[in-house]
Amino acid sequence: MQHYSGFGLFKHSLTHHENWQRVWRNPTPKKKYDVIIIGGGGHGLATAYYLAKEHGVTNVAVIEKGYLGGGNTARNTTIVRSNYLWDESAHLYEHAMKLWEGLSQDLNYNVMFSQRGVLNLGHTLQDMRDIERRVNANRLNGIDGEVLDPQSIKEIVPHMDCSANSRYPVMGASWQPRGGVARHDAVAWGFARGADSYGVDLIQQTEVTDLIIEDGTIVGVKTNRFGDIKADRVGSVVAGNSTVIAKMAGFELPLESHPLQALVSEPIKPVLDTVVMSNHVHGYVSQSDKGDLVIGAGIDGYTGYGQRGSYPTIEHTVQAIVELFPMFSRVRMNRQWGGIVDTCPDACPIISKTPIKNLFFNCGWGTGGFKATPGAGNVFAASLAKGEMHPLAEPFSMFRFHNGALIDEHGAAGVAH
Amino acid sequence: MFHIYCPHCAEYREEEEFHAAGQAHIPRPLDPDACSDKEWGEYMFFRKNPRGIHHELWVHAAGCRKFFNMTRDTQTYEIKEVYKIGEQPSVVAE
Repeated sequence: MQHYSGFGLFKHSLTHHENWQRVWRNPTPKKKYDVIIIGGGGHGLATAYYLAKEHGVTNVAVIEKGYLGGGNTARNTTIVRSNYLWDESAHLYEHAMKLWEGLSQDLNYNVMFSQRGVLNLGHTLQDMRDIERRVNANRLNGIDGEVLDPQSIKEIVPHMDCSANSRYPVMGASWQPRGGVARHDAVAWGFARGADSYGVDLIQQTEVTDLIIEDGTIVGVKTNRFGDIKADRVGSVVAGNSTVIAKMAGFELPLESHPLQALVSEPIKPVLDTVVMSNHVHGYVSQSDKGDLVIGAGIDGYTGYGQRGSYPTIEHTVQAIVELFPMFSRVRMNRQWGGIVDTCPDACPIISKTPIKNLFFNCGWGTGGFKATPGAGNVFAASLAKGEMHPLAEPFSMFRFHNGALIDEHGAAGVAH
Repeated sequence: MFHIYCPHCAEYREEEEFHAAGQAHIPRPLDPDACSDKEWGEYMFFRKNPRGIHHELWVHAAGCRKFFNMTRDTQTYEIKEVYKIGEQPSVVAE
């Protein structure tokens, strides 16, 4: 693998940047792998990377029906934070946060991780009680957090309407300074490049059409382009399409797939140097380095696989953003899109064994999978390598919906679910 | 934007008046105390979530406030039919 550095950039500038190596190969799959990962998004590629790097399992294929990082990885609003209420999820997301903090160096690829801080606003007394409780829980778990009053918020975001006159006045916020944003495409590309350098085969434009299961044990997958490919273990990391893969394996999941949409504005001058989220009025906004406002909305209430969102949801979100930032009212929106998020009843992911032996699922991240990308990949890789779930993944078994040990992060996590 | 026909109001109304309430035709176990944890968990949480034809429960929340069923394609979003609670769908997945 070609090492990226300032010197390398200079050297290649002498030849007009025409001699850069391809970032990853485009291989024809082998007949058999130790591990097959279905789904080449951020989580799948991170899993492949950590399998190779930390567990020495390099005979791995990632099978992706479209192109790498073309699903939800490229459709989210790039927010990274770890201020979750319950111990199980706080530990998992904080594990991811610690990996984020060294990720660009680790991958030798700039993922543009910017710890610009995340504000979760409170607009009611109950919001503020929840925020106090969550920040206290965070601090007990070693996660940074502060409760801010409207004056201190105004210092961080001077353009936001923190007056008492708005429809839903801002009463305070939780503030996680280590939170921020990362460039989502670069995360997928960085992990892909890293995995490829260890010899992982990234198979794009190839759809898994069925699973090969013998005596309750998975032994491989069927694909539309390369026929059957055998594997000792298979990990499914397909987000919104998890139910479709589970159906091939013959079981149901406690998931419903919903469209979640986001939109970006035309680029404007720097105006917002942090991330503002509001659960109550339901919108979140940050400004990318290019200058466009990145705005996220809620999910559509119905299930759908259409990768597009409904207009009432956009309208609702934009209302919330304009209420918070009256100065954005004349900013024009450039693009709008939707991704398919697989939501769990308790708003926590599933990282789990399944009723089929050697078949593992990483799914159910709902609206918040991007922030967990390195952490989820890391623990899922450990689970796939050993065949036993990583301790951080243990509580997120799909069987928690049988024994009742749910991790109820709904609303409690300061998220806009 | 969906344009939804409410079988109770017998009128087409806009999506915003309605609220999707999840999968339809989930019968509550007749004897919940006799359920195993697995059966009860599956009744509570496990859903079909198909990519394609899906039977859903909707409520005309800002209208007559009554529930009804809808058969909808979750890929194309085409509404195949609406029918009242207690009726069976005429359009089903193969």
